[in-house]
Amino acid sequence: MILSAARRRLQSRAFAEERAPEMIASRSFWADAGRRFLNNRMAVFSVGMLSLLILFSIFGNLFARWSYEEIDWNMLGRIKEDGGPSLENGHWFGVDELGRDLYARVVQGTRTSLLVGFIAGPVSVLLGATLGALAGYYGGRLDRTVLAAYTIWLAIPYIIFFVVWQAFFGRSMSQMILVIILVNWTAGLLIVRGQVMMLKNREFVDAARMLGMSDFKIIFRHLAPNVLWVVVIYTSIVIPEVIMMESLVSFLGVGIQEPNTSIGALLSQGASTMTFGTLWQLGFPAAIFVIAQVSLFYIGDGLRDALDPKDR
Amino acid sequence: MLNYTLRRLLMVLPTLLILVIFAFYLMRLAPGGPFTSERPLPPAVMANVLERYGMDEPLHVQLWTYVRNIVCCFDFGPSFSQKDRTVNDVIAQGFPVTLTYGFWSAVFVLVLGIPLGIIAALRHNGFWDYTMTGLAIFSQIFPNFVLAPLLVLLFTLSWGLLPGGGWNGGQWQYVVMPAIALGTSYMASVARLTRGSMLEVLNSPYIRTARAKGLPERTIILRHALKPALLPTLTYMGPVFVYMITGSVFVDVFFSTGGIGQDFINGAYSRDYSVLLGLAILYAVLTFALTLMVDLLYAWIDPKVRAGLA
Repeated sequence: MILSAARRRLQSRAFAEERAPEMIASRSFWADAGRRFLNNRMAVFSVGMLSLLILFSIFGNLFARWSYEEIDWNMLGRIKEDGGPSLENGHWFGVDELGRDLYARVVQGTRTSLLVGFIAGPVSVLLGATLGALAGYYGGRLDRTVLAAYTIWLAIPYIIFFVVWQAFFGRSMSQMILVIILVNWTAGLLIVRGQVMMLKNREFVDAARMLGMSDFKIIFRHLAPNVLWVVVIYTSIVIPEVIMMESLVSFLGVGIQEPNTSIGALLSQGASTMTFGTLWQLGFPAAIFVIAQVSLFYIGDGLRDALDPKDR
Repeated sequence: MLNYTLRRLLMVLPTLLILVIFAFYLMRLAPGGPFTSERPLPPAVMANVLERYGMDEPLHVQLWTYVRNIVCCFDFGPSFSQKDRTVNDVIAQGFPVTLTYGFWSAVFVLVLGIPLGIIAALRHNGFWDYTMTGLAIFSQIFPNFVLAPLLVLLFTLSWGLLPGGGWNGGQWQYVVMPAIALGTSYMASVARLTRGSMLEVLNSPYIRTARAKGLPERTIILRHALKPALLPTLTYMGPVFVYMITGSVFVDVFFSTGGIGQDFINGAYSRDYSVLLGLAILYAVLTFALTLMVDLLYAWIDPKVRAGLA
C-alpha cells in the first residue's frame, strides 16, 4: 500500500516537474572542475595576473613614446647616468645598452615569448597526444615504433638539435615555433597513450565499434573527450616549459633575430651589462619572466587540482 | 643483466648513426657554409679550400669518409673555423672542464636534494616542508639562465666573494657558481620527488609494522624506509643528467668556463660542421652512458626490475 503510493508519487507528472530544474542543472564534469578551479584563490589570481600580462603585451605599445628599434641618440654615452627608468624622457623602463627604449622592447619581448609559448605549447601537446592516442589505440607495431622513437628522442639533449637548426635556418618567429614543436613532439605522448590503452576496452568503445564507427571517429569523438583533462593539464605544464626553452635559446644568442626580441634575449642583454651598473636592464625583463612563470605555475597547479580524478 | 647491458649497448650504435646522418644532412642542406663570408673568396681559392677539407666530393662520400675516420682512427676531423685545431683538440681541451663542474653539480644535486626531501617528509607540514615547497616554486621561476646572473650579481658584484667567470685551471672558486647555477633547479626537483616517495613509504603498512614492533625511529627510516623511497629519485636521475647536459651549454657560455658548450655555440655560428657533429656525438654518447648507468644501478638495487630484465 505504502510502496505503491510511493511509486505513484515517483511516476507522477508533478514530481517530475518539481525535480526537473535540479536535474537539468546537474553538473557536468567540466562545470564541476570549473567550480573547483574558481575556488582556488591563487589560481584565479594567477589568471588575472596572466591576463594583465597578455593585455600589456598587446596594448602596452599604446603607452610607449618610443618604438622598440629606435635609438635615442641623446642617451648614447650617458646610459649609466641618465638611461635609467624615468618619467620625464618617456623611457618608462630606461634604455638598453644601445639606447633603445626598454619599455617598448619589453612589450615586444613579452609578446614574442607569450606567442611562442601559447602557440608552440598547445600544438606540440596536440601532436604528442594524437600520436600517443594512435599508438595506444592500435598497439602492435605502430606502438612499438612510436615508443622506440620516443625513447631515442628523449635520450638526445634537445639543445643540439635546437641550436643547429636555429643557427642554420634563420631565426624568425615562425621558425622558432616550428622548431619548438619539432623538439617537443613527445609532450604528453606517454600519458595519453596510457589513458587510451586503459579506455579502449571499456564498454562505450565497444558499443561505438558495434555501431560500425570508424577507428578515426572512435578516437576523436569518443576517446578524445575522455582524455581531454589529461591534455589540458599537460598543456598547462608545457607552456611555461616552452617559454623557458625559448628564453634559454635566446639567451644563448640563437633566438629571435634582432631588432625583434624576446624575454630571454632581454635577460641575456641585461645580464651582460649588469657589471656596468645598469641593473634595470636585467630587472624589468626578469620581473616579467617571473610574473609569467609564477602565474603559469599556479594556473597549472589549479588545473591539476580541479581536473585530476585522483584528488577527488 | 649482462644480456640487458649488451642489448642496450647494441641500441646505441644505430641511434648514433641516425643522429650523425640526420645532423650531417641537416647542416649541409642549409644555405651557407664555413667559408662563406661577407667578402666572397675568389672561385679558385674557394675550390682549393674545399678540396683541402674534402668538401668537393658528393655528400654521401664525405659522410662515409667522416664515419670511417671515426671508426678506424677515432679522428673527428679538422675544425673548419679554428684552423690550427682538430675536433679532437677542441674536445680534449673543453670536455674536462664541463665534466668537472658537471660532476660537482651532480654532487650538489644529490647531497643537498635527497636529505632535504627526507627531512621535509619527516617534518611533514613543518617548517622544512614549507621551505622545500618554496624552493620548488623558486626553481621553477629561476631556471639556470635567470639564476646565474643573480648569483653573479650577489657573489661577484655585491660581495666580491667569487669570480664571475673564467676557469683558471679549475680552482674551486671558479667551480662553485657554475655548479650551483647548473644544479639548483634539479636539486629542487630531486628534493620534491624524494619527499613525495618518502611520504608514501612512511604511510605504508610495513612501516607501521616496524613501528608496532617497537623499532627505534632511526632504524625504521634508515634501514626500512630509505631504500624504497629513493628508487623514484634514482629513475629521475637519468633525465636529470640529460637536462644538465643541456644546461651545461648555457653555463659554458655564461661563465666563459671554456667548456665544450662554448665551442658548440661558436661552431653553430661559424658553421663549423665538424666541431658541431663531433660535439653532438659526444653529447649523445654522454647521455647514453649516464642513462645506462642509472638504469643498471636501478636494476641492481630493485630486485623486481632485475627479475624483469632477465
